[in-house]
Amino acid sequence: MRKDAEAMNDTRWPEITFWRLVFLVLAATGTVVAILRYSRGLGATTNLSDQFPWGLWIGFDVLTGVGLAAGGFTITAVVHLFNLKRFTPIVRPTVLTAFLGYVFVILALLFDLGQPHRIWHAIVMWNPRSVMFEVAWCVMLYTTVLALEFSPIVFERLNLERPRRIVRAISVPLVIVGVILSTLHQSSLGSLYLIVPMKLHPLWYSPLLPVFFFVSAMAAGLAMVIVESSLCQRAFNHHLEMDLLEPLGRAMVVVLSVYGILRVQDLARRGALLGLRRPGYEGSMFLLEMGLGVLLPIILLAIPRVRARQPGLVTGAFLAILGFVMHRLNVSVTGMERAAGVAYFPSWMEIALSLALVAAGFAVFGLAVRYLPIFPEAPHRASGVEAPAWLLARSASMVAGGSPEPLSPPSAPAGVK
Amino acid sequence: MKGAILFDSTKCIGCEACVAACKEKHDLPAAIDPKLTAYTWTVVEQRNKAFVRRLCMHCESPTCVSVCPVEAFRKEPSGPVVYDASRCIGCRYCIMACPFDVPKYQWDRTTPIVQKCNMCADRIAVGKEPACAAVCPTGATIFGDRDQLIGEARVRLKAAPTTYVPHIYGLEEVGGTSVLMLSSVPFPSLGIRPDLPVTPLPTLTWKALSKVPDVVVVGGALLYGIWWITNRRIRVQEALAQEAAKKG
Ligand code: SF4
Ligand code: SF4
Ligand code: SF4
Repeated sequence: MRKDAEAMNDTRWPEITFWRLVFLVLAATGTVVAILRYSRGLGATTNLSDQFPWGLWIGFDVLTGVGLAAGGFTITAVVHLFNLKRFTPIVRPTVLTAFLGYVFVILALLFDLGQPHRIWHAIVMWNPRSVMFEVAWCVMLYTTVLALEFSPIVFERLNLERPRRIVRAISVPLVIVGVILSTLHQSSLGSLYLIVPMKLHPLWYSPLLPVFFFVSAMAAGLAMVIVESSLCQRAFNHHLEMDLLEPLGRAMVVVLSVYGILRVQDLARRGALLGLRRPGYEGSMFLLEMGLGVLLPIILLAIPRVRARQPGLVTGAFLAILGFVMHRLNVSVTGMERAAGVAYFPSWMEIALSLALVAAGFAVFGLAVRYLPIFPEAPHRASGVEAPAWLLARSASMVAGGSPEPLSPPSAPAGVK
Repeated sequence: MKGAILFDSTKCIGCEACVAACKEKHDLPAAIDPKLTAYTWTVVEQRNKAFVRRLCMHCESPTCVSVCPVEAFRKEPSGPVVYDASRCIGCRYCIMACPFDVPKYQWDRTTPIVQKCNMCADRIAVGKEPACAAVCPTGATIFGDRDQLIGEARVRLKAAPTTYVPHIYGLEEVGGTSVLMLSSVPFPSLGIRPDLPVTPLPTLTWKALSKVPDVVVVGGALLYGIWWITNRRIRVQEALAQEAAKKG
């Protein structure tokens, strides 16, 4: 239990680094905004209105947050259902990311709901005709599934053999349930907008919205795994293991292409492409979203030479994430502005709270990595397959404010007794 | 009886007695906002030299009822679409989704609720007409059985075909509404949406939602099948390897 001893020695003040300072500032502002939000109400803290009842907290924190956590179900399916075991090293960090992602989506909802103390009403007051009801249940159940999928790591740390074996025994059904729940609510987030054919701009409204939301979330989930891994590489100037990430890039080309073709075909069939000959505000945003966030990453990642090297791979993945965020914000904000008759731009408080939630996510990730065997197979050779995941952990724990660890891979706490 | 309101723009003089009556009936602040708000549930707008009332249309297949995750909205058999604030979690999906932009939020409060016209459902329950219809001096707003009011509207259109545009608004829009409107000028010029489909909007989301059981059953079977195949392949390989090891 060398790590325990290490942690106990950490009573001195952590060194102030740039990223810790950023985190502290974000956390402090976020706390202030949270207090203001609950003491003054939504009207005083947000730029929401009757014309624009859903803003950044729904468009970014919820719609985007859930999508970016989609890596959880794709990677668990790849490893446990398709039995591609070589991806095992990224399962735990990805499940952790997804679990934290969902927890923070629920937190964001607690800020956005007008009556947050009644969030449990969705459990007992049913309206099965409501997409929102379905989303609420799926998110609730899937967060539970993710917690269960993550629990063996905690049990392992606490040396609880029995519960660990029980969860392990149901791991395959858990993954299957997780994939189904994800399919349902990832697509249902798109279905939320099916009800507003007259309000959402034709460049984004489509009967296929649920399909678009699902397919784009798959691409975004994969892209997140790639970008996360590289974030750490940047922080530590460490060799990035490409054997594992390159195939993800290849998969992204397929998923993004399916997505792009579906969208363009759908627009063409509904005649919405004609409006792009002289693109206005919406048209420009659409072209930016599709060009920068779909077409460019497809091209980049489709070239084997570009994909095989880290800068190319990460750029492609990053662009895909950007495109994904743009799509969700275009659906929830850009596409709704014309019908609302007002422009919406989030207040600084809406932005600050969103940033604080993201920062808190990083911090908790870092803490989890510090105290739990997220990377149990982390070997003593730094260039192993686990390197990206290990690096990810280090950068996160740096943000979390722990003391800087020695720059060698941590030994597995479960293994060293 | 299914209660409904018939508003005839050609008879309206813009006196706003209906607005004042609404405010009094529902204990709302007396100041009249220019647009619908949580504190002004109906307004009278002057457009294109005509007056038009805004209020909840009390749809026959209401969007608000279908989208609310906790069933805070309910369509009463007697006509009104009513809201139960004690269920509402404040997700504001109803505000976002209503095709007539009717539900409004108490943005100035810390625990706000949604507000909108409820057709004075409590008055209807005891056999009275809604406050607005009761005070209207010209008969521009009248209350009655929906089918009878449709008949009345048809009579007016037939009697004065040059006065009215030949359309009963609310007869078919989004599957029909319990507020019907007549006008001498085209409805779009009154700021009333002409582009609503005749199919109720909830059918759009229901098309997606009704696939949920299929996704669960087919998806579950498919995923289990995939696991079974890949797992078996690995088992076979292991067995072969073992055999090979034994022989070797
Ligand atoms: S007009 Fe809007 S609020 Fe009124 S019943 Fe129809 S959908 Fe509901
Ligand atoms: S804001 Fe309230 S009434 Fe409106 S949909 Fe949400 S829970 Fe239902
Ligand atoms: S009371 Fe009657 S006449 Fe007066 S504004 Fe209202 S609907 Fe028009």
